[in-house]
Amino acid sequence: MNAHEYAFVAVATIGSIAAVAVVTARNVVHAALYLVVTLAAVGITFLLLGAEFVGWVQILIYVGAIVILFLFGLMLTKAPIGRDALDYQNRAVGAVVSVVVALGLGSLILRAWPLASTPAAPSAPGGSDVLGSALFNTYVLPFEAVSFLLLAALIGAIVLARRDEGT
Amino acid sequence: MIRLPLVLLFSAFLFSAGIYGVLARRNAVMVLMAIELLLNAVNVNLIGFAAELQDVTGEVFALFVIAVAAAEVGIGLAIVILLFRNRASINVDEVDLLKW
Repeated sequence: MNAHEYAFVAVATIGSIAAVAVVTARNVVHAALYLVVTLAAVGITFLLLGAEFVGWVQILIYVGAIVILFLFGLMLTKAPIGRDALDYQNRAVGAVVSVVVALGLGSLILRAWPLASTPAAPSAPGGSDVLGSALFNTYVLPFEAVSFLLLAALIGAIVLARRDEGT
Repeated sequence: MIRLPLVLLFSAFLFSAGIYGVLARRNAVMVLMAIELLLNAVNVNLIGFAAELQDVTGEVFALFVIAVAAAEVGIGLAIVILLFRNRASINVDEVDLLKW
């Protein structure tokens, strides 16, 4: 364990606890605020892994924009409080499925990469110059497709959410 | 300088929490939040393998996933608001018009 790993484990623990709080909170606004903690923790792990540009994009887009959208969605709809209003009655099935998935994935990961014998990976080739040249040379066509998708989603959201006044 | 299994375990935990949220929540906005957790778990995996393999492709695809997630949230919340306007409720189990 080196300093990077200690920092990563600390941030990942905070993010994991907040993620559990997101899916179990009784108040929807509290859940949105826990989501901020989780997304910021994920962004910090990106920075620790050396992907600086993606880390800052994560913090800007998710914490800055998507959570604000969620809060708008909560304010515009009636936000009930209490587990019975927010959860299904048979949430035990969901708990069983998620525990099975967690144990299965965890055992698979630890079998493929045992913690003791795996060497520490170097940081990601994460300079913004490398990422930018890859994005605009090799992946320029998917990039344009994604930008077109965002435009279509924007127009679609406006069309869906505005009130029909003519009809 | 971070061992890969630590990153993957964090990702698996986020993914499991997201699965629980998708299955157990009945408020549509909470389901969308749980889907964000799932997408973030995928992003953590992509960045972890980008660092492990010294390949920038994982970071590029993490950016694409973030962009698609933004589009998904925009459309999803527009649908939720439309649903609330028409039904005065955003519980996903009450939206069963297409279910027989």
